[in-house]
Amino acid sequence: MAQDFFNINDFSCGYDKFRLSEIGFSLQKGTFAGIIGPNGSGKTTLFRGITGTLPTLRGSIYLKGKNLKSIPLRSRAQNIAVVNQFVDAGQISVEDYVLMGRLPYHGRFRFFETHEDVSIAQKYMELTDIIQHKDKLMTELSGGEQQRAAIARALTQQPELLLLDEPTSHLDITHQVKILNLLQELNDETGLTVLMVIHDLNLASEYCDQLILFNEGKVFTQGKPEEVLTFDTIEQVYNTPVVTRTNPFSGKPVIFLISKKMMEKDN
Amino acid sequence: MVRKKYIGWLLALLGLLALLVFAVLLALSTGELKLSLGDALQMVVFGGDESSMEYMLISQIRLPRIILGIAVGGALSLAGVILQGIYRNPLVEPFTLGISGGASLGVAATLVFGLHMSLGSFMLPVSGFAGAFLIIFLVYFISARKGNVNINNMLLTGVMVSFVASSAMMFLMAISSSENLHGMVFWIMGSLDEPDNLLIWLTFISSIVVLVVSYLFVQPLNALRLGEEKALHLGINTNVAVKILFVLASLLAGICVAVAGVIGFVGLIIPHLLRLFFGTDYRILLASSFLLGASFLVLSDVVARTIISPNELPIGVITGIIGGIVFIVLMSGQGRKS
Repeated sequence: MAQDFFNINDFSCGYDKFRLSEIGFSLQKGTFAGIIGPNGSGKTTLFRGITGTLPTLRGSIYLKGKNLKSIPLRSRAQNIAVVNQFVDAGQISVEDYVLMGRLPYHGRFRFFETHEDVSIAQKYMELTDIIQHKDKLMTELSGGEQQRAAIARALTQQPELLLLDEPTSHLDITHQVKILNLLQELNDETGLTVLMVIHDLNLASEYCDQLILFNEGKVFTQGKPEEVLTFDTIEQVYNTPVVTRTNPFSGKPVIFLISKKMMEKDN
Repeated sequence: MVRKKYIGWLLALLGLLALLVFAVLLALSTGELKLSLGDALQMVVFGGDESSMEYMLISQIRLPRIILGIAVGGALSLAGVILQGIYRNPLVEPFTLGISGGASLGVAATLVFGLHMSLGSFMLPVSGFAGAFLIIFLVYFISARKGNVNINNMLLTGVMVSFVASSAMMFLMAISSSENLHGMVFWIMGSLDEPDNLLIWLTFISSIVVLVVSYLFVQPLNALRLGEEKALHLGINTNVAVKILFVLASLLAGICVAVAGVIGFVGLIIPHLLRLFFGTDYRILLASSFLLGASFLVLSDVVARTIISPNELPIGVITGIIGGIVFIVLMSGQGRKS
């Protein structure tokens, strides 16, 4: 059996009142994967477990066959970059913020950035189309621009795995699609593995090749979008009846919600 | 491109250093006996007639005071900027954390119980330091749980402990004799008049040491601007840095309060002013805060000594008034901008 690029095995972490249990899934290199599930199903908690913000209670996480615990923090940050839902970077210029993505490569007592650091940051600011704002403060940017800057910062870490926590949740459809297209391009062209928490099932279906559905702190099911996004599964997990169809352009499943009024009419 | 930024920093530091030299010369030459700036410079650099009145005055009265001014001004703004970095809150300083409250309480207790009479006047700074240390200890351990220090907890605990300390201080004031009361009030207002050269040098060296050590933790301080969790995502564990910096900054502030009394606003106003120019990068904020804080206090002391000469105003009054006004102006300007 080929070694998985990223593997989570019987993993558990959490808080006093809520914890994940028996989480297990694996990603191949170059996958574009989405974590979906209702509010409070443990998506963000899992991210905190992967990044080490929450201590592991059980099981382990492997990156390229190595236990994540045995990888020092800085090399971990060279391999895995995180984009949080809220950027909240304060009064830092966009360029300085993106340059912080080079910190994992700096020695503990390194004081100055090199020209190489600056040109790497420059490259990803161009790629995320944020370069024209590089001298502005992060607080002066709109939500979508902040999100793009955060992605530029994450890419500046030059990771192999990019974790994103609802990167599109407070953006309009133009910006949602822009960011997801950007991620898709990166995934296609550089083989960057993407693992993204996403609420919108249709976007998840359209962009991801692998979906992991969370429910009540457990993996309910996982697989290709057409395997996961079925009427039965969604009804069970979300308690909401939906209609599923196939997108005529992409062949991926699409989900329609039905209002209560319509349902009563139907019956 | 980034080079330009570093050159800007270097020029700014040289400018601030020049300002400090100017402040020192002005302070050396100003007073009841006036000298020209040139004479003062000459006397410091080349020495002078060691038996002359001018030389005695400069070397034994004005210079020690200036050195203490540099040390305390630099240390208070350095402690301020470090604590603001740890707490991610620009309004934190040694005073908001109860450090000065603790020191004041220690001194007040010494005066009330007459320890300075029985044990000698060095008991005042010692008790001030002990008071500050006790408060730091309390704040730190009340807010530390399971080995992790919760930053928000620490801030709240600091404010609360500070309230308790100032109430206890008022209690001591209420029960003390009018002579002791005068001593307490005067001490609280702060002064750079310190007869003990050893204490002056101790303060000076501590402030330089903390400045140097703070630069070892400049990377975690910078990463902490994004918050602890995001710093961790960048591979930087800020836990140890936060603990060490908190203790160092608090002890340094404790030393300052113990030696020079309560001199408010320096730790708040100086870093705030510099952030307007440099942004929030601690690589430049630490050193520039130290230099500007030192100049500010030396100049404030000149004002305090001369404004109602031959009497002297408490320096805390000057820094409070200047600092407070500048702060309000800056805050209102910022409010309009956003």
